[in-house]
Amino acid sequence: MGILEVEKLRKHFYLNPGFLSRVVSKKKPSVIKAVDGVSFGIEAGEILGIAGESGCGKSTTCSLITKLLEPTAGAIRYKGQDISQLGKKDLKAYRQQVQIIFQDPYESLNPRFTTFDLVAEPLRAMGIAGKREIQEKVFSTLELAGLKPEEYQNRYPHQLSGGERQRVGIASALVLGPELVIADEPVSMLDVSIRAGILDLIRDLSVRLRFTCIFVSHDLSILSNISERLMIMYLGKVMELGTTRDVIAEPLHPYAQALISAVPIPDPSYKRPRPNIKGEVSQPIDPPPGCRFHSRCPQGIMEECGTVDPPLNEAKPGHFVACHLY
Amino acid sequence: MLLDINNLKAHYQTETGMVKAVDGVSFSIGEDEVFGLAGESGCGKSTLIRTLMRLIPDSARVSADRLAFRGQDLLAMSDKQYREKILWTEISLVPQSAMNSLNPVHRVGDQIVEAILAHSKMSRREAAERAVSLFEGVGLQSGLTRSYPHEFSGGMRQRAMIAMSLALDPSLIVMDEPTTGLDVLVQERILRKLAEIRKQVKKPKSILLITHDISVIAEMSNRIGIMYAGRLMESAPSLELFNAPFHPYTLGLKNAFPSIKAPDRQLISIPGSPPNLIGDIPGCMFAKRCPFAISDCSHVFPEFKEVAPGHFAACIRTDHVDEFRQQAGDKRTWESSKSKN
Repeated sequence: MGILEVEKLRKHFYLNPGFLSRVVSKKKPSVIKAVDGVSFGIEAGEILGIAGESGCGKSTTCSLITKLLEPTAGAIRYKGQDISQLGKKDLKAYRQQVQIIFQDPYESLNPRFTTFDLVAEPLRAMGIAGKREIQEKVFSTLELAGLKPEEYQNRYPHQLSGGERQRVGIASALVLGPELVIADEPVSMLDVSIRAGILDLIRDLSVRLRFTCIFVSHDLSILSNISERLMIMYLGKVMELGTTRDVIAEPLHPYAQALISAVPIPDPSYKRPRPNIKGEVSQPIDPPPGCRFHSRCPQGIMEECGTVDPPLNEAKPGHFVACHLY
Repeated sequence: MLLDINNLKAHYQTETGMVKAVDGVSFSIGEDEVFGLAGESGCGKSTLIRTLMRLIPDSARVSADRLAFRGQDLLAMSDKQYREKILWTEISLVPQSAMNSLNPVHRVGDQIVEAILAHSKMSRREAAERAVSLFEGVGLQSGLTRSYPHEFSGGMRQRAMIAMSLALDPSLIVMDEPTTGLDVLVQERILRKLAEIRKQVKKPKSILLITHDISVIAEMSNRIGIMYAGRLMESAPSLELFNAPFHPYTLGLKNAFPSIKAPDRQLISIPGSPPNLIGDIPGCMFAKRCPFAISDCSHVFPEFKEVAPGHFAACIRTDHVDEFRQQAGDKRTWESSKSKN
């Protein structure tokens, strides 16, 4: 059994119409189905990549796992235990074991905290007292994140470069020794020349510290490099899930095929086949029945596509796809 | 030659000293060519555009040995002449973040009409018809000219900005990060549309494409320039720049950039961070991060010289390039430069 099991997870947001349209046109509230029946598992120690365009529900899924949002339906089980049932004490332990690396190291660090305080804050919040213990932990974690503690401990965020800031962000996520780390677009704000260093750091530390990682990104070239398995989402649904190698080399879902072939290649001699996708991503507001992608799908539409929501089936060993073609 | 830039400088005086945001950049763009300018944040690529488009504050000190558009000296022109003769009719701009470049309280079509009226002698009706045909050209339905910006998605707004930039049939379109922040399928459609437009229009269109995304540049450009810390490090025809780069910085960028076609390739980052642009660095701006730097690199100015036909690089050690290319793919090469600093 995996470290985390997500089962039929749903998160719906309600858009309430204004008073007038409620009274005059009897308008009902619309529903945004941000996450709509998502199931997946993650094995201890692996890096799972989640990819998708804006509005696909990848960030909402992460917020649900970290309990920043409560699900509408479905269950998240961490080491076999449903996290919605956790008591106060267990919840605190859960929060200690599940940590987040944020996207924007310019926004996510308190500008009035020194590097030392930023990394010490989670320890203090968890009530791990003892000045010496805190100092030891902060120093060793900064060291792990590639920052010399003596040199950096008294610096404020504005005295750090983007890459250094993200290293501080990583250190404060890792200082509690989490078992599951959720990295939400951790390198999208960083310059190319330092990105690789942060990716390496996350990969190396996941092996050394034995944590499991969910790595969210819109950039498939990055995910192809770091993640072991890859999950592709579209409008609140999982479209495809498999090893990164399989999904990138042989995507099954027409959406995954389009998405992967749309990624530009840093090689001017490579002529990429151009995907043929109509329309634009709509919002998951009151989605119609059937496959979420059917109106844009380049594979001729079968009748079921517009009526029956395709379940996520195992098309090949370990390679799941939600499409009526398979 | 459409645009000819030689030794362009844009310096800002600040309290702490002179910031050399653009410091001696030289390149040219020919007719019907896409020149891609790549560089990381703070390298001066946006200042370069602002200088070219005259959007730079008056406090900046701009100078150049030559800044000419079809032989006309742009620096000698007054702002008025520039607006009348060049802006929109010869050079137009698609600014970064089209999200914020449209006025939210006017219909999108009206904004294009206003731009046309301000720079040409067309009647309002002609301008409105032109706006509709421009919209169709970029793949937006003609009825959408009556929409407001908030009714558009990010990709639609970007296409509206491209339509606007084409309004007066300019020869050169300057695009600042045209697809940054857009989803990959939307980016794909915009890039494809751009390629289509370049083929369709009667007058050949050149593009100065500025982005940090090397894969977009690789796909779109005929020639590429790599900027770092206010200076141009290397420029060459696209294939050559990728297959036979001369500058260690270009080699480093190539290592650092992931490709979905080579997921197993180890990515190597460039240690350190860009230098402070205040003050005088007599030698190479990249010397501190360069694994191949010798002591001369930090005090001998690297001339931007032709190393192969049409291929320029600013490095004093280009005679050792074979050695660089051999060693650049090895992670240890770059780690050694880290310990040196």
